[in-house]
Amino acid sequence: MEEKVIWADGLTKSFGAFTAVDHISFEVRRGEIFGFLGANGAGKTTAMRMLCGLSLPTSGRGEVAGFDIATQQEEVKKHIGYMSQKFSLYEDLKVWENLRLFGGIYGLKSRAIREKTDEILSDLGFESERNTFVRALPLGWKQKLAFSVSIFHEPKVVFLDEPTGGVDPMTRRQFWELIYRAADKGITVFVTTHYMDEAEYCDRVSIMVDGKIEALDSPRALREQFRAENMDDVFQQLARKAKRTSD
Amino acid sequence: MKQFQSFVLKEFKQIFRDRRTSLILLVLPIVEVLLLGYAITTELNNAAIAVFDPSKDAETRQISERFQASRYFTVVRELTDAQEINDVFQNGDINMVLVFPERFSEKLRNGEGADIQFFIDGTDPNQASMLNGYASGILASFQAEQAELFRQPYQIRTETRMLYNPQGESAYNFVPGVMGLVLMLICAMMTSVAIVREKETGTMEVLLASPMKPAQIILSKMAPYFVISVTNLITILLIATFIMDVPIRGSLFWLSVVSLCFVFVALALGLLISTIVDTQMAALLVSGIGLMMPVMIFSGLIFPLESMPWGLRWISDFIPARWYISAVRKIMIEGVGVEYFAKELGIIILMAVFLMAVAWKKFKIRLS
Repeated sequence: MEEKVIWADGLTKSFGAFTAVDHISFEVRRGEIFGFLGANGAGKTTAMRMLCGLSLPTSGRGEVAGFDIATQQEEVKKHIGYMSQKFSLYEDLKVWENLRLFGGIYGLKSRAIREKTDEILSDLGFESERNTFVRALPLGWKQKLAFSVSIFHEPKVVFLDEPTGGVDPMTRRQFWELIYRAADKGITVFVTTHYMDEAEYCDRVSIMVDGKIEALDSPRALREQFRAENMDDVFQQLARKAKRTSD
Repeated sequence: MKQFQSFVLKEFKQIFRDRRTSLILLVLPIVEVLLLGYAITTELNNAAIAVFDPSKDAETRQISERFQASRYFTVVRELTDAQEINDVFQNGDINMVLVFPERFSEKLRNGEGADIQFFIDGTDPNQASMLNGYASGILASFQAEQAELFRQPYQIRTETRMLYNPQGESAYNFVPGVMGLVLMLICAMMTSVAIVREKETGTMEVLLASPMKPAQIILSKMAPYFVISVTNLITILLIATFIMDVPIRGSLFWLSVVSLCFVFVALALGLLISTIVDTQMAALLVSGIGLMMPVMIFSGLIFPLESMPWGLRWISDFIPARWYISAVRKIMIEGVGVEYFAKELGIIILMAVFLMAVAWKKFKIRLS
């Protein structure tokens, strides 16, 4: 039987009278690349924050990496990686300093950090940039580096919140190669995105509309179900039903 | 511990790499002490004085002329009535009044001795003591010349009265004020900016999603500023003692205790501000207007508290720096024991506990 790394059952988050996330239920298997789609304001980020232990659910349950997201947030945090929507490395630190900092924050030993740093830099072909300030790197490189940092401590799951915003399709393609590589190593990838071409790269995608999951399947099955040529078409059909205005 | 170490190290690197930040943190306090210390001791020229001379004899005229001739003084008014002395000060355009007694010349010659009074506006104690010095100097040289002409002992006694600031509170007063200001600036302003910067760049999200506990993040964020403010405190005290000759009369131990408590108040305020605002700009504005201005105005640094209307004095009771500055004055300048500033210390500790609790609560709320 396949290992469930993430599962949610009736997960809900309300802010006063507003229900940002409305009873969502799903499962993600180990090593899977799970695309979490939805228009702005559909509740993606709120749902993701709950799964990362950054926010408590109003009702419903969920587990990530075997730990309850409502009661074992500290444990959850130890076993996940997180890359936020905003580019999130320290620009005024050098490449190696960022790696060492996050290694330290995740409790890695100095030797492990040194070895891991060498490994990552050679994987990315960044050896010559070891002493470069992060602010001097092109955006695509920064994002690749941020992704490497988020899986530096070899987490079970990595959450990527719109990781490829603002870069060209070519760089996005390269970024997805890193995602595949991570998934091959057994890291489960949970990714939100705006780009429908990226949705095609996922093993399975869910599409959120107004806080609810309206569709969940592999891209191919969704295309067949909605008789659509591509994921963009699927998304448009669902998003049209949305009553919330985007934020 | 390893997390804490890596984080504090990173924080220090960021501080020292940003030239502007390190300038504010390390150079500004020194500049402020020196500037405030020397700016108020600049030389004085042509101070406006009034003369009240009921005797109007040769000697008094000569003395008045000497004052007029001196570059330090300009006689702008002749008073005809002793009542006027107070009035000219109320108008604020006169710095000093020279008062001769009646029958000055006669008293001088019959050996009775004559008194001259200087009434000096003591609002600015530095200026007052300078005026007193110049005036005494002029009289002394006059007296020396006269002594050669007359054989009998020639005695003019002077009496100086400081108005509005009778104790002649010393110029040292500004040092405690600067200490309060600098600690507020570094702890509150810089801490709030540093925390908000992490929010602005999105790194706070990443930190919160890491296994670092929120308390750890905050503590390791505050630690460097704590260290820097202690360094600054020591620097200011060293400059004050060795360059500006400001004494530390009271106990160094209590001075440190009071200062540390105040540092906690300031750190808590910084944390509180960082939970309210979302941009570094807003953090700067809020701490600038919300903290620095009240410190300047209500702490007695610029305006004496005693001369404020009760409403403003009441507000000043809520400004932590007011209590800190008052305690430091008592310790450093008056050199009194702990029983005299126990009230101040108690209030600072209460404020520290209360603000930390509120800031921590607000920070937690933001997380859920």
